[in-house]
Amino acid sequence: MTPVNTLVAKELRSYFVSPVVYVVGGVFLLIVGLLAYIYIVFTGAQAIQLMQVQGQAQINLNDLVFRNLFSSIRFILLIVLPILTMRLFAEEKKLRTFELLMTSPIGLNEIVAGKFMSVFLLFLGLLGLTGLIPLTLALFSDFDWYPVLTGYLGLVLLGALFLSVGVLASALTENQIVAAFVSFGLLLFLWLLTGVGSLLGDTPTGQVISYLSFMEHYDHLVRGLIDTRDLVYFGSAVILMLFLTHRVVDSTRWK
Amino acid sequence: MIDVQQITKRYGQHTAIDHVTFSVAKGEVLAFLGPNGAGKTTTMRILTCFLPATEGRATVAGYDCFEQPLEVKRRIGYLPETPPVYQELTVDEYLRFVGRLRGLTGAMLTSAMSRVIERLGLGSVQHRLIGNLSRGYRQRVGLAQALIHDPPILILDEPTVGLDPKQIIEIRELIKSLAGSHSVILSTHILPEATAVCQRVVIINGGRIVAEDTPDRLSTRLRHSEKVALTLTRAPVDAESRLRQVDGVLHVHANGPAGHFLLESHLGKDIREDIARLAVTSNWGLVELKLISMTLEDVFLKLTRHEEGVSQDSDPTSNPAITTSTDKKDTPS
Repeated sequence: MTPVNTLVAKELRSYFVSPVVYVVGGVFLLIVGLLAYIYIVFTGAQAIQLMQVQGQAQINLNDLVFRNLFSSIRFILLIVLPILTMRLFAEEKKLRTFELLMTSPIGLNEIVAGKFMSVFLLFLGLLGLTGLIPLTLALFSDFDWYPVLTGYLGLVLLGALFLSVGVLASALTENQIVAAFVSFGLLLFLWLLTGVGSLLGDTPTGQVISYLSFMEHYDHLVRGLIDTRDLVYFGSAVILMLFLTHRVVDSTRWK
Repeated sequence: MIDVQQITKRYGQHTAIDHVTFSVAKGEVLAFLGPNGAGKTTTMRILTCFLPATEGRATVAGYDCFEQPLEVKRRIGYLPETPPVYQELTVDEYLRFVGRLRGLTGAMLTSAMSRVIERLGLGSVQHRLIGNLSRGYRQRVGLAQALIHDPPILILDEPTVGLDPKQIIEIRELIKSLAGSHSVILSTHILPEATAVCQRVVIINGGRIVAEDTPDRLSTRLRHSEKVALTLTRAPVDAESRLRQVDGVLHVHANGPAGHFLLESHLGKDIREDIARLAVTSNWGLVELKLISMTLEDVFLKLTRHEEGVSQDSDPTSNPAITTSTDKKDTPS
C-alpha cells in the first residue's frame, strides 16, 4: 500500500467507528429522501390536476423533480459536509496524534491528499445511496437521464469543493466546532458572491465575482450543460484549497 | 549518529533553546535532563523534523533534519510526550497502520508487529480499543509505535511517565537492551532513571546546556566536601564540639532528631575511622556511620536552581568538562 492508501484506509476506519458518520449520513439521506418524496407527490398532484382539466398530462420530471432536488441538495451539503471534514486536522492536532503523522516518512502532500480522498470517498458513498431515487423513479416513469447524470456530476464537483474548503478550515484550528463553523462561513460567502455579482450586473467586476461563486457553474451542470469553464472552475478551486491547506499546515511548524 | 550544532529555537520573543550543541554516538543512550519548560521537548521536535530550528544545524544519521526530513524520519522512532495513539483503533489496527506508514508490508509487517507486541507485553490487549486502555498501556503502545520499524535511532520523550513501578523497570530494561545497537535519546525529569539507563547525561535549563557528562562523574565533580551521617544512641551534650576536634572535620550539624549528626570533611579525606574510634571509646552507642555521596538529584538541583557561585564553590582542580552557564540570573527557574 502506498502511504496515501494507508492513510485513506485509516481515516475511513476512523469515520466508521464514530457515530458522527451514521448520524450525519442518516440525516442527509433522510432529508434528501423526504425532499424527493415531496417533489414527486407534488408533481403527481399537478399531473392529476392537468388530467382533470385537459384530459391528458405531459409532465416533465426533469424540471419538476430533479432540478428542484439538485438545487435543494446544495443547501443540505453546505450544512452536512463541514461536519464531516471538521475532524480531519483539528482532531489530530488536539489529540497530539499529528506529531505521529508529521514524524513519519510521509510527505505533507500525501497527508493532505489522504485526508481529502478519505472524506471524498465517504461523500461519494453517501451520494451513491441517493442514486436509489432516480433508479426507483425510472421503474415507474420516463425521464431524460442525461441531465440527471450531469446533475450528479455537478454534485460530485460541488461536494469536492465544499470538502476541500472544509479540509482547509480544519487545518486552521484545533477546535472542531470552529473548523465546522469556519468552513460553513466560507461556503456561505462563496454562495453569496453570486448575489454581489448580479448586483454589479454585466460589468467586468460583476462577471468576475459571479465566476468566483460556485452557483452558476453548478446550475449549468444541473441544466445538463457540460462546459469546460465550469470543470476548470471546480478543479482549480479544489486544488487551490488543498494547496492552501498544505501551506497552512506547513506554516504552523514555523510559529 | 546524532549531531546538533548551535541549535536555537525562538517562538517570537521567547527563546526556547539557545545555542544547544551535543552529539550522540552509535549505540549510546543519552539522557536529557531538565525541569519542565527547559527545552527538552523542543530539542526533540527539531531532531524529529517536526519543528525547524531558527538557527543552527542538526544532522541525524548523516542527513540534515531540514534538508532531507524524509530520510531522517525513516531512521527515527519517536515517542512524543503524549502517546500519539488513535483512541478509536484497536492496538492491532494502530500498529498495522503505523507499520505501513513506515513502509513495512506483508510478512515483514506481521513479524514486526508480533515482535513489538511481545516485547512490550501488549498481547493481552491487542484486540482492544486504545481508548479503553489505561494510561500505562497507552504509553506502551506509544513505545511499540516507535519501535515497530526497528529504527537505528530512538527519541523518547519521558518514556516511563504513567507507568507503574514494575513497568518502569521493564521499560528501563528494554531501553538498556536497545543500547549498543541503537542510539537513544530520552528525556526525563526522574533522575534515577537517567542514572539507571544512560551512559551520558545532558542537563538543560532555560534552553541552555548547563552540564554534560556521565552520571557518576557529574556527581563527583560537583561535590566539594565529603559528607558523613552519624547516629549515636547516647550522645553527650558536648558531642558536637568533641566531634569537631577530630582531625579533618570541617563542620558538624545536628541532623534531625537527637543523636543524628551530619559531618563534613575535606574532599578525598575519609574521617569515618577516626569518628568510629572516638564514638566507640567514649561509649556513645554508635549505631550508624555512613558516607553520603551526592546524588544526581543534588547535582540537578544545584545546576538548575538560582544558585550563585556553583562554579566558584567547586573544587578548582575539577570539572573542565562542566560548562556552567555564567549568566544564570537571566534564566527563569
